[in-house]
Amino acid sequence: MLKYVAQRLILSIPVFLGVATIVFLVVRVIPGDPAVASLGDYASKEAVDALRQRMGLNESLPVQYVRFLGSLVQGDLGKSMITGSSIRDEIMHALPYTLELTVLAIIIGTLLGIPVGVYTAIRRNRMADYIGRILSLTGLSVPAFYLGILLILLLAIQFRWLPAVGGGGMDDLKENVSHLILPALTLGLVMTASVARLSRSAMLNVLRQDYVRTARAKGLKERVVHLRHALRSALIPIVSVTGIWAVSLIGDSVTVEVVFARPGLGKMMVGAIMQRDYTALQSIMVVYTGFVVVINLMIDLIYGWVDPRIRH
Amino acid sequence: MGAEGIPAKISSERRRLWRTFLRNRAAVVGLVLAILVTILSVAAPLFTSHDPLAQDARSRLQPPDQTHLLGRDTFGRDLFARVLFAGRISLLVGVCSVLLGGVIGSTLGLVAGYTGGKIENVIMRFVDTMMAFPSLLLGLLVLAVLGPGLFKMILAIGLMLSPAFARVMHGSALSLKKREFVEGARSVGAGPARIVALHILPNVMGEVVVLGSLWTASAIRIEANLSFIGLGVSPPTPTWGNMIRDGTPHLLNAPFLSVFPGLAILVAVLAFNLLGDGLRDVLDPHLREY
Repeated sequence: MLKYVAQRLILSIPVFLGVATIVFLVVRVIPGDPAVASLGDYASKEAVDALRQRMGLNESLPVQYVRFLGSLVQGDLGKSMITGSSIRDEIMHALPYTLELTVLAIIIGTLLGIPVGVYTAIRRNRMADYIGRILSLTGLSVPAFYLGILLILLLAIQFRWLPAVGGGGMDDLKENVSHLILPALTLGLVMTASVARLSRSAMLNVLRQDYVRTARAKGLKERVVHLRHALRSALIPIVSVTGIWAVSLIGDSVTVEVVFARPGLGKMMVGAIMQRDYTALQSIMVVYTGFVVVINLMIDLIYGWVDPRIRH
Repeated sequence: MGAEGIPAKISSERRRLWRTFLRNRAAVVGLVLAILVTILSVAAPLFTSHDPLAQDARSRLQPPDQTHLLGRDTFGRDLFARVLFAGRISLLVGVCSVLLGGVIGSTLGLVAGYTGGKIENVIMRFVDTMMAFPSLLLGLLVLAVLGPGLFKMILAIGLMLSPAFARVMHGSALSLKKREFVEGARSVGAGPARIVALHILPNVMGEVVVLGSLWTASAIRIEANLSFIGLGVSPPTPTWGNMIRDGTPHLLNAPFLSVFPGLAILVAVLAFNLLGDGLRDVLDPHLREY
């Protein structure tokens, strides 16, 4: 297992570099000049040149790339083009809000999604299955930010159970958690829908197999057949799709943070986009890349734990 | 060969597929909803006499009533008209970006799968890397650099969707190129371009249509997300996403501003998801996802 962990760790480095490279290229290769974009179309040529110089855009692409990688390795994320303050400090301030949100949402999505999927597969074509399928298809079709708005209207405005907006600060635990519940529930429910749907079909697929029939023929209780025989092998595809949805949840977290006005990375990124702060945008994207790589790494490890064949 | 016999055979095959489709209740609901959404937005002027851009400062945030079915927005504009007209943008972006992504992605995937070797390696590693990243974030980044606009939105979403097409088409090309009819074509001297275009492509069209329908649903959802953030088509042109964005500051006193456009997104996305699921069952039962 240790060898497998080390192997996966090393393999995630090129993935991180690959995605970071795409981020780097998108900012530079796409037509349009970040310097012009950030100063506006009417900026003087001198001002644009000065900014290009400051951003290092006058260097050749390979030189810029080496600089980009160099500062990444040193953990230097640059200075904001607008305020001049350290982007790393700002990110460090925003990161906890995004981390707690995504972690709780993934926990909700997994703990709710897998059991619902397994249960509806077992109760195939009964009432519970129909309701589950309709709900999960609706959940797949609703944009996360809209579900967030509906939850605000219901739970924050109608019933006044929870605060609607803000981050609640990092010092007061009670405040923090009460501000965390609604956005995490929003993201978690969106993920629940997809995980439930895919867990259901994975489970159905396994229930059709011969060894499940054998288990039943042996006279094992249905419960044992479902949980010990069927679920165990259904877990392999379930883990891999849960990983895919956990990654796509990172994308949705941006709009959810905007809806709930959480001072996280997503809100910081949207701010950077609106102010055309490309240095900040690029650095935030690199941090998100880190998120994605860590999630993929965790999925690989869980994968190896669920399916011993993969480890060898 | 009886030239008349072939069309009759095709049409009976079509009729069989059509019957299978009609038996699938969810798929029929999806088709009806998709047609309804399309008619309502394309022929919007037939269903409302209000101008989606006409402002009336005196009646801002007026709740729904008989003449203004869904109420009026912050500028006193008729919300019903705006929801209908906004559908045009969403559908246009949905369909065009899927066409763009489908053409780019399928071409890359088929070429990679058929040619193999170094070309395959380069294309597929690139596709894997793109897919490792959340598509919404990638779209955000591309649009942030390009700047807002309808055409740029289509371009950004189309590029985001292309790796998914590439991956599926790559798999199909890999399995098809070993089949006898492809080997037969090769043995009589057909070149790679001809084989891919005339022998492999017709056999993957079913999958392309299914993926296209499902990804249209995603494209509409992604468009809504991006225009909610403020990266979509510029105001005053209504889109469902920017209408919700304008409505959020008024959740307390005028929640209908955000609720109705959101329902429109939900119905449109649901329609294409149901349709795609149904088509998958009809055209390619093996493609059912795990």
